[in-house]
Amino acid sequence: MAGAKEIRTKISSIKSTQKITSAMEMVAASKMRKAQDRMAASRPYAQKMRQVIGHVALANPEYKHPFMTPREVKRIGYIIVSSDRGLCGGLNTNLFRALVREIRKEREAGREISYCLVGNKALGFFRRVGGNVRAQVTHLGDAPELEALIGPVKVMLDAFVDGEIDEIRLAYNEFVNTMTQRPTIQTLVPLPPGEDAEELKHHWDYIYEPDAQQVLDSLLQRYIESIAYQAVVENGACEMAARMVAMKSATDNAGSLIDELQLVYNKARQAAITQEISEIVSGAAAVS
Amino acid sequence: MAMTIHVDIVSAEGQLYSGQGEMVYAPAVMGEIGIAPRHAPLVTPLKPGEVRIDPGQGKPQEHFYVSGGLIEVQPFRVTVLADTGVRAADLDEAAALEAKRRAEDALATRASEMDLAKAQAELAEAVAQLRAIERLRKQKKT
Repeated sequence: MAGAKEIRTKISSIKSTQKITSAMEMVAASKMRKAQDRMAASRPYAQKMRQVIGHVALANPEYKHPFMTPREVKRIGYIIVSSDRGLCGGLNTNLFRALVREIRKEREAGREISYCLVGNKALGFFRRVGGNVRAQVTHLGDAPELEALIGPVKVMLDAFVDGEIDEIRLAYNEFVNTMTQRPTIQTLVPLPPGEDAEELKHHWDYIYEPDAQQVLDSLLQRYIESIAYQAVVENGACEMAARMVAMKSATDNAGSLIDELQLVYNKARQAAITQEISEIVSGAAAVS
Repeated sequence: MAMTIHVDIVSAEGQLYSGQGEMVYAPAVMGEIGIAPRHAPLVTPLKPGEVRIDPGQGKPQEHFYVSGGLIEVQPFRVTVLADTGVRAADLDEAAALEAKRRAEDALATRASEMDLAKAQAELAEAVAQLRAIERLRKQKKT
């Protein structure tokens, strides 16, 4: 009965792994739902802000905020949003691959690159890649808070104002649906011009207290933070969705592995029994 | 029925309130303001303080504490864009310095988590290589 015991041990170890992966799948599913709710909850804020910024920017053409004036791009700062933990399929890898491709192209064009990293995985990866890391934040948890992002985002905005970088880009995973997460890289600063210029043609304006410039300053800073926050929340939902799918396929794979091993085990057992019977029969034949 | 104004209080982390009110009081930086329906369009930053909404019809006032933010007023709509925490220039500065320091720390010291991430990446590479070798072997056999 060669190997039967080993096979049995292997089956039971795979079974316990399967239990873990299926539990992780269920946990990820429920966390994903919560993350999606958070995603929806933070949307009206950014929307409202975009509206007001559109108004203010159009009403005050003489005051151009630095965040709204594009300049020649020589140095680019990337804010890269990744997950803290692994076991979520190719989520981070896909994003990093897209980023590395883009960064290589920008470097060939003679542009300097620096980073602001969110999440452990980005930290580990971009340390290996090399480059100037300006700021980082990790361990945001399942319910990230906006406060945690104020610092890192401010580092990048300050660098932009001081002319150390000419453009800030934001890289994160966009949540399309449970099965699909799309790596996205978008330009954060300078802000693209407002799209809803048409409806604001008619003449009316806000009263600004104390003045338009200050209002615009604090608006823009909060707006950019809220976009970064939205990206973090969305990436969180992606992480959970990707983990759920990865764990589901791991559970399925464990199931088919168990089936295969069970078959091998049964065959080994059968062979041992057959051998035993033939030994007994031939022994009896020799005696009689 | 008395005229009402629609009030939304939103923060980056979610919606706090949405409903009608006869009067809204907010702590603007220049002093507390009261907003009635048909108020002129206005944008102003808020100080930490209380936003009160008078729903009318004898209902009790609604109170919300905001730690700053902005308020946008249109004739029949008030939107409070609330901050989720106390904001001040020096606090923001401290947060920025903290983020910078963390980046420097992570780069200077070989933190154990970083090594773990690195090891994981190397492990993934090794597994991929092994798989490729296995595939090559199978091809040779057939």
